[in-house]
Amino acid sequence: MSEAILAAEVPGTDTTVPGTSGARQFWRRLRTQRAALVAAAVVALLVLVALAAPLLTALEGQDPTTYHPSLIDSARGGVPIGTLGGISGEHWLGVEPQTGRDLFARLVYGARVSLGVALAATVIQVALGVTVGVAAALGNRWVDQILSRVTEIIVALPLMIMALALLAIVPPGFPRPVLVSLVIGLVAWGGIAKITRAHALGLKNLDYVSAARLSGWSGFHIARRELLPGLAAPVITYAALAAPVNIAIEAALSFLGVGIKPPTPSWGQMLSSADVWYQAAPQYLLLPSGALFVTVLALTLLGDGVRTALDPRAASRLRVGTGRRAERAADRADGASGDRTAASGARTGASGDREEAGA
Amino acid sequence: MSGFGGFLLRRTLGTVVTLLAISVLVYVVFYATPGNVAQISCGPRCSPAQVHQVAEQLRLGDPLYLRYWHFLEGIVAGQDLSTGTSVAHCSAPCLGVSYQDDQQVTGIILTKLPVSLSLVAGAMVLWLVIGVGTGVLSAWRRGRFTERVLTGLTLAGWATPVFVLGLVLMIVVCGQLQLLPFPQYVGFGEDPEQWAWNLLLPWLSFALVEAAPFARLTRAAMLETLAEDHIRTFRAYGVSERTIVVRHALRGALAPVIALNANNVGSAIGGAVLMESLFGLPGIGQELVHAVKVVDLPVVTGMVLVIGFFVVIANALADVLFAVADRRVVLA
Amino acid sequence: MSLVDVSGLTVEFGALRAVDGLSFTLEKGAALALVGESGSGKSTVAGALLGLHRGTGARVGGTVRVAGTDVGAASEQELRRLRGAGAAMVFQDPLSSLDPYYAVGDQIAEVLRVHGRISRRAARARAVEVLDRVGIPDAARRARSRPHEFSGGMRQRALIAMSLACSPDLLIADEPTTALDVTVQAQILDLLHTLREETGMGLLLVTHDVGVAAESVDEVLVMRHGRQVEHGPVADVLGRPAHAYTRALLDAVPRLDARRDTSVAGDEVVLEATGLRRRFGRGRRAFDAVDDISLTVRRGETLGVVGESGSGKTTLGRMLVGLLEPTSGTVRHDGRTRTGTDPSVQMVFQDPVSSLNPRRSVGESVADPLRARGEKDERAVRERVTGLLERVGLEAAHYDRYPHEFSGGQRQRVGIARALAAEPRVIVCDEPVSALDVTTQAQVIDLLGELQRELGLALVFIAHDLAVVRQVSDRVLVMRRGRAVESGPADRIYEQPQDPYTRQLLAAVPALDPALAAERRAARREPAVA
Repeated sequence: MSEAILAAEVPGTDTTVPGTSGARQFWRRLRTQRAALVAAAVVALLVLVALAAPLLTALEGQDPTTYHPSLIDSARGGVPIGTLGGISGEHWLGVEPQTGRDLFARLVYGARVSLGVALAATVIQVALGVTVGVAAALGNRWVDQILSRVTEIIVALPLMIMALALLAIVPPGFPRPVLVSLVIGLVAWGGIAKITRAHALGLKNLDYVSAARLSGWSGFHIARRELLPGLAAPVITYAALAAPVNIAIEAALSFLGVGIKPPTPSWGQMLSSADVWYQAAPQYLLLPSGALFVTVLALTLLGDGVRTALDPRAASRLRVGTGRRAERAADRADGASGDRTAASGARTGASGDREEAGA
Repeated sequence: MSGFGGFLLRRTLGTVVTLLAISVLVYVVFYATPGNVAQISCGPRCSPAQVHQVAEQLRLGDPLYLRYWHFLEGIVAGQDLSTGTSVAHCSAPCLGVSYQDDQQVTGIILTKLPVSLSLVAGAMVLWLVIGVGTGVLSAWRRGRFTERVLTGLTLAGWATPVFVLGLVLMIVVCGQLQLLPFPQYVGFGEDPEQWAWNLLLPWLSFALVEAAPFARLTRAAMLETLAEDHIRTFRAYGVSERTIVVRHALRGALAPVIALNANNVGSAIGGAVLMESLFGLPGIGQELVHAVKVVDLPVVTGMVLVIGFFVVIANALADVLFAVADRRVVLA
Repeated sequence: MSLVDVSGLTVEFGALRAVDGLSFTLEKGAALALVGESGSGKSTVAGALLGLHRGTGARVGGTVRVAGTDVGAASEQELRRLRGAGAAMVFQDPLSSLDPYYAVGDQIAEVLRVHGRISRRAARARAVEVLDRVGIPDAARRARSRPHEFSGGMRQRALIAMSLACSPDLLIADEPTTALDVTVQAQILDLLHTLREETGMGLLLVTHDVGVAAESVDEVLVMRHGRQVEHGPVADVLGRPAHAYTRALLDAVPRLDARRDTSVAGDEVVLEATGLRRRFGRGRRAFDAVDDISLTVRRGETLGVVGESGSGKTTLGRMLVGLLEPTSGTVRHDGRTRTGTDPSVQMVFQDPVSSLNPRRSVGESVADPLRARGEKDERAVRERVTGLLERVGLEAAHYDRYPHEFSGGQRQRVGIARALAAEPRVIVCDEPVSALDVTTQAQVIDLLGELQRELGLALVFIAHDLAVVRQVSDRVLVMRRGRAVESGPADRIYEQPQDPYTRQLLAAVPALDPALAAERRAARREPAVA
C-alpha cells in the first residue's frame, strides 16, 4: 500500500460545497457505524496496551531485553525449551528463540514502537504535506509551479526505496524509532500535499471566499478562517487512512532489518527471523503477524469510519462492506444534501428539481 | 490531433525535467550530507587509504555543482575510474563502482533486473485480473451476499502487510503442505516452466495483497459511474443491467484503474523488495537491502536512480494511456 | 385506449411523498405539459411512466399504463421493451445524459440493437439517419464523434435523435431545454414541434418554465407538492387560470414587455469602466473572454447586462468588483482608478449554496464586512446584523442558524444582507435569481428594487434571462462573445433593437400566449427557409 492508493481513496478535487460537518455531526455519524466503533475499541485497547507496557511486563515479572540462556536449547540451534515455545507461568507467551527474551514483553513493547512510530510519521507527513499544499494553492504561479513539481517528484519516488536508502546514510548512533518516523514522514508527504492543494484550489474559487475578499479581509485571514476549516475533512480522512499504512511500512523496514533494530522490539523486526522457527515456536511467527493484521485492520476500519462520518456521500462509493446500514442512516439524517447537487446543476438556467435528489 | 501531439510533447519534456530533478535530489541527499562524505560512501569498514581514494573519485575538492556535473557526465558518457592500482573504464550509463567488491553498479543492476522484472510483471498481471475482476463482480452484485463476501476478502487483503501473507503462505504451502517448492529463481531462458513454477507463490502472495486497492477502486469507480446521468439514459432506453455494468460502468472505471496502477508502481517496487528478501530471490530489491545493510553507497544511489527512472517512465506512459482512455483530459 | 393513462399515482421516497394521487390521460399524438416549481414532483411522474423508480427504494402506488403496458405490473422484460421503443425519454442535461466514452452514433445504434434484431451496420446507418433527421449537419461524420465534441444544442439534438431511433409512440421530455441558451432553446422546441407534426408522436413535456409549455403543448397540468393544481387546454390554463396558485405562478413570470415601474436613477457616476479586456490562456489557446467593454453606472440606476453562456458576462462582473484584474482597461469609481477589491463595490452571487460558508452561522457571514472594517463592539455588530437580516425579510433569530437550514431564496437574501453590510454604493448581481423558482425569483427582485430606492444603490444586474433583465433595468448592455453588441435605454433595446443578434435573442424568448407563440414560431421558420 502506498500514497498512490491513499490518494485514490481520498476523494480528490470534489470542489462542490464541502459538507456541513461540525464536530457534533461527526460524532453522531461515527456512532452509527458498528464496524468503526468496534475498530475504535480495538485501537483504544492497543493504545492502552502500548502505554501500559511497563506495567504489564512488571505484572508478568519480565522485561523485553533480558536474555534467558537457560530457556533455550543451544544444542538444537537455540530452540526454546518446553512446550509450545516455552510457555509457562513466568513467560506467558513463551520466549524468543536463540535469545530467550520474553515474548510477551517484546510484543507489548513492540506495540509501543509500532504505534508510536506510525503516529509520529503521520504527524510529520501531514504537517509537511498540508503546509506545502496550502502554499502551492495560495502562492503565485511560480510558487505553485515549483512546489507542485517538487511534490510530483516526491510522489514519484518509491517510498520504501527512499526510506531504505535514507536509512543507509544515517550514522548508527541515531535512535532508530525517531529515525524511522522521520524518514517515513519526510518521504511520504507528497500525496497529502497534492490532495491539500487540489482541495484548497477548489475552495479558493468558491463564492464565499470571493465574498470574504470583497468584505475587505486580508489573504492570511481568509486562508485561516475560510480555507483551513474546509480542508479539515480531507486531511483528517487522509491521516486516518495513512496511519495504518505507516505501521505496515515500519514493519516492512524492520522486517528487512533496516528499520528498528534489536534490542528494541518491533513487530516487523520480530518477524524478520520468524520463518526459521515456525515449527519449533509457531507463536513467534503468529503473534506479531496477528498483531500487525489486527492493528492495520482496526485502524483502516476506523479510518473508513472517519471518512464516512466526514463525507458520507464520497465514502459510500468506497466503503468496505460493513458500514452500509449506518451510512444509509447517516445519509438520511443528512437530508439537506439533495438541493446541493440540484443547485449546482442549475448553471445557465432555472431551478434544479429537489425531487431528483430525493430519488 | 494537434492537441494530443502537444500533450505528448509537454509530457515528455516534463518527464525529462523530473528525471533530472530526481538525479539532483538523490545526488544532494547522498553526496552532500554533512560529515565525511567519503567515509560514509565507503562504509564503516574502509581503511583510511580507501577513504582517501573515494574522496578523489568523488572529486570532493570540487564545488558541489561540478561534482554533480561529473556524476551526470558519467551516467551519460561513461568515465574512467581508478581503483587504486588500476584504472577501469566504466562505460555509459556509469553509476559508479561498488566499494565492497569493486564491481560496476550498472553490471550488478543488469544481472539482477530480470529477476525483479519477472516478479513484478507476473504479479501485476495477476493483481489486475484479480482486483478488477473482484471489483466488477462486487459492483454488479451490489447489495447481495456475493458482494459482502468479496468486500470482506478485499478488506482482509487491504489490511495484510504483504510480507506477512508471503511469510505465512510460504510456511504453509511450501513447508507444511509441500505443494510448491521453496522458490529458487530459475531464468526464463533456462527453463520457462520452472521459472513460472518457482515464481508462482511469490506472484500469488504479492498479487493477493496488491489486488485489494484495485478491487476497491474498480468497485467505487463503477458505482460512481452507475450513479451518473448517462446510465439513467440507457436504463430508460431498455438496455439490460448486464450491458450497462459491463459496457458502460466498466468503461468509466478504466481510466482510474490505469492511473492507480501507474501511481502504484513505486509501492509495487517496495513490495518487490520485500518479496525478494522473503523468498530469497536474487533481484535488485535484495541487492538494495544488502547494500543498505553494509552501507555501499554507490550501489544504493544507483539502485534508487534506476528505480526512480522506472517509476517516472511508468507514470509518463500511464499518463498517455490515461489521456487515451479519457479523451476529455486532453481537451480540458 | 389512451396512450398514457395514469390514475391515482403516488410515489414516496421514505417519508417524503413526492407524488400524491395524480391522475391524467394523454391521447395518441397529443401533447401535455407538467408544469411546476422545484419539489412539485413533476420529474418523478416522468420517471414513473417508464418504471424508472423500480429498485430505487421508492414506493409507487396507483396504476400507470403507457402504450398498452401496465408499468406497475409489467415484468422486467416487458418494461425494457416499453423503454425506448414504446416511450422514449429526453433528459435535462444533454452533456451528462450521454456516455462520454462512446461515439454518439454507436450509442444510438446500441439502443436500436436492444430493441430489434438488426445488424450492427444497419443500426449504424439508422443512427446516421436519425441524426440527420434532427438537423445535425454532416451526420455521417458527426456520428463518430463523442458527446464532448458537440455543443450543448447539438447534444440535445443527438439525444432527441436517440429517442426517435425506435419510432416510439410517446416522447417524454424532462426539462429538455433548461440547460440551454435561449436561442438554442427555441431551435430545440421548434424541432420537437416539427417532429411531432411529422411522426404523430405523443409528447409529455416536464418543465418549470410556463413559456416553454405555452410554446409546445395542447394541454397543461400544473403541479404543486405532488398534487394536481389545475389541468386543462393550454390557452385556458394560461389565459384564464382558475386556481389562485396558477395565477400567482403566472404573475411571477417575468414578461418581456413589462417596463420598469419606477426609476430613481441619478446623474452622479459611481462606477465607470473603460476598455476592459480580459484574456485567458496563452499562445494559440488565448482568447478574450471580455473584449473592450466600456460602461458607466450612475447612482440609483440599474444597468442590465444580458448575454448567453460564454458571452463573458460573469468575467465582466468579476472585473467590476475587483475579484479579477483586467488584462487591460480601467475600473474607476467615484472618479478614482482602482485595483483590487473595495468594500464600496459588492457582489451578490449566483449560487446561493456556495456563496455562504457552510461552517459559519449566517449572522457571522453577514458580520464579515463589519469586522473586516475593524468593528470590535460585539453588541453593535449584532445589532447592525440583525437589522440587516430583518431588512432583507429574515428574522433576528436567524443570526445563529447555519446556511443549510435555509431555502435557496432565503440564502440569497442573506447574500444581499452581507453585501449591504459593507455599505456599498454599487452592487454587482451575477445571475442572482437564476437558481431560484419563479415565485422566489420575483420576491428577490422586488427586494433588490426596494433597497435600491431606499439607499440609492447602483446595481449591475447580470443575467441570461431577457425578461428578468427588462423588468429591473434602466439601461441594458447586450453581450456576445466578450463584446458589447448593443447598449442603451432598456425600452429602446427591447422595443427597437438595432442589432440582428439582439433581435434574434428577443425573438427566441418563449411567449406566454400560445397563439402568439405559434405566430412567432412561424416567423422563426421563415428566415431558415429563405
